[in-house]
Amino acid sequence: MRLLALLVHRLVWFVPTLLGLLAVTFVISRVIPADPVALVAGETATPAQVDALRRQLGYDRPLPVQFVSYVGQLMRGDLGRSLYTTRPIVDDLAARVPATLELTLVAMIVSVVVGIPLGVLSALWRNSFLDHALRVVTVSGLAIASFWLGIMLQLLFAMRLGWTPLNGRLSGFPPRGITGLLLVDSVLAWDWAAFGNALAHLALPAATLAFPALATLVRFTRAGVLDVMQSNFVLYERAMGLPRSVIVWKYILRNALTSTVTQMGLLFGILLAGAVVTEAVFDWPGIGTYAVNSIIRSDYNAVMGFTVWAGGIFILVNLLVDVAHTLIDPRERAA
Amino acid sequence: MSSAWFLVARIARDRSALLGLVLIAGLVIAAVGAPLLATHPDDVFELHPAKRLRAPSAAAWLGTDRMGSDIYSRLLFGARITILIGVIAVGASLVIGVPVGLVAGYYHGWASDLLMRVSDVFLAVPQVVLAIAIAQTLGPSLPNVILALSVTYWPWFARIVYAETRALQKEVFIESTAALGASPWRLTALHVLPNIVSPIIVRASIGMGFTILTAAALGFLGLGPPPPTPEWGRTIAESREFLPDAWWYALAPGLAIFLTVMGFNLLGDGLRDVLDPRLRRGRTTADE
Repeated sequence: MRLLALLVHRLVWFVPTLLGLLAVTFVISRVIPADPVALVAGETATPAQVDALRRQLGYDRPLPVQFVSYVGQLMRGDLGRSLYTTRPIVDDLAARVPATLELTLVAMIVSVVVGIPLGVLSALWRNSFLDHALRVVTVSGLAIASFWLGIMLQLLFAMRLGWTPLNGRLSGFPPRGITGLLLVDSVLAWDWAAFGNALAHLALPAATLAFPALATLVRFTRAGVLDVMQSNFVLYERAMGLPRSVIVWKYILRNALTSTVTQMGLLFGILLAGAVVTEAVFDWPGIGTYAVNSIIRSDYNAVMGFTVWAGGIFILVNLLVDVAHTLIDPRERAA
Repeated sequence: MSSAWFLVARIARDRSALLGLVLIAGLVIAAVGAPLLATHPDDVFELHPAKRLRAPSAAAWLGTDRMGSDIYSRLLFGARITILIGVIAVGASLVIGVPVGLVAGYYHGWASDLLMRVSDVFLAVPQVVLAIAIAQTLGPSLPNVILALSVTYWPWFARIVYAETRALQKEVFIESTAALGASPWRLTALHVLPNIVSPIIVRASIGMGFTILTAAALGFLGLGPPPPTPEWGRTIAESREFLPDAWWYALAPGLAIFLTVMGFNLLGDGLRDVLDPRLRRGRTTADE
């Protein structure tokens, strides 16, 4: 019952945070600009056209009324229309979600599969050569501009060496779409040529996106393992004569990882923010490229639509991480 | 003064923190001495179409760009913009975030809750996403970049100051000072604030690095100060159409960003070790 109450509590907090996000985007789009309608109408519109559009969009009403209708509109899943494609922004975004999802998932898997073992080794062999080398990696990962890393990887591997494609998601026609994730679709269609092609296209953007996340994971895992290694139960297990490998990979890792799980939401934030610039560098046809193209075209509605979407997803993921953490860690339930 | 000297001496003993300090000193020297250190100080605004896209040489140490300007000289002047953005944005975040955190931490009630909920909303969304929206709405310019970064960074300070203030309230010396009749203003400004300066300084150092990185990303996306401002992120964006031939064009500004951000991160780590021995290295730097 207590667990249920805790979950409900978490869910209840989700609503005001989301409303707060909408308040922020509302202020950015309707209050900060001197004349938001003129922004939407574009530079060539006459004053009469601007006024007509103002009435049509309902921007002549008082701000609180506008906010309520803004929230209502978003609750129905309506993010407005793109000024450039003139299509509903939700449709534009939905068409690009699979590309971003595939890139983000692959980057996440890479950073977890590589980062956690490296973090454990770094803690076990503290002050070894590996530990020092990894410290250079983690410090770099948090200091490097991901758009620059992407460009440097392109320069070396795509332009000079020619090992990988320069940009894009696939050359040729995509396999029959079921999930929209090219790696999954090509396996389902038993099209291994397309699978290899998609993988080659993914290599550089995924590496670019994964690097800062990997650096963060190595750091947290190392700190977590060092923390747990000093606890009494590890001392006890040593005294019991348990093999070192069992102590490390079974007991220490499990306890160290509970704190890493809480960082998954943070990790997702790094990946989501990184995806915007990484996609722009690699012309990856996802949400990030859409946002960047919208900036270039001054497609002001689409930029706000993207902000609401990205913020909403991020808040939702953090909610799920919270819930998962509550379910995994018994101490959370007792607290 | 002696405590500041003590701090520097302690940091100098930590090799990586010292490296951070050296990198930041290099950045400051580059920015302040730009007119003296630059080999072609006029190249920030002057065009030399005949000399465009030359590889690094004795005449142009880091090569020339698409306008024929000396990249090394433009990098030095770009350091000024980087420092300007970082210092003002972090400074403004401090000015907003610290009082908000103190007030919300000191007083208990719905107003405190509201203040912290507002900062939670900002923390709930990746900074670059909100900064993009704000910078796009306001239009690309240097003040707007600074504004966008300040508006999105202050909650970090509010969060930390709030947590530290709440923790301090349970301390005996704060209770007894309150019992002696100290006003809330006196209590927070003279007794709470000096005791929470350490985490604020650490966060400010890391915030400098983070803010500079985000500013470079905004510049790269075309939301930074317009040309011919020698902003590093924009320079990298400009260089892209000349790759792979003009490799030096993209290399130098990226390295400059990297070394600058690394400097602030290393210094932040070092300061944390020196100022706050309770926290071990590697615990919280990556919390952004």
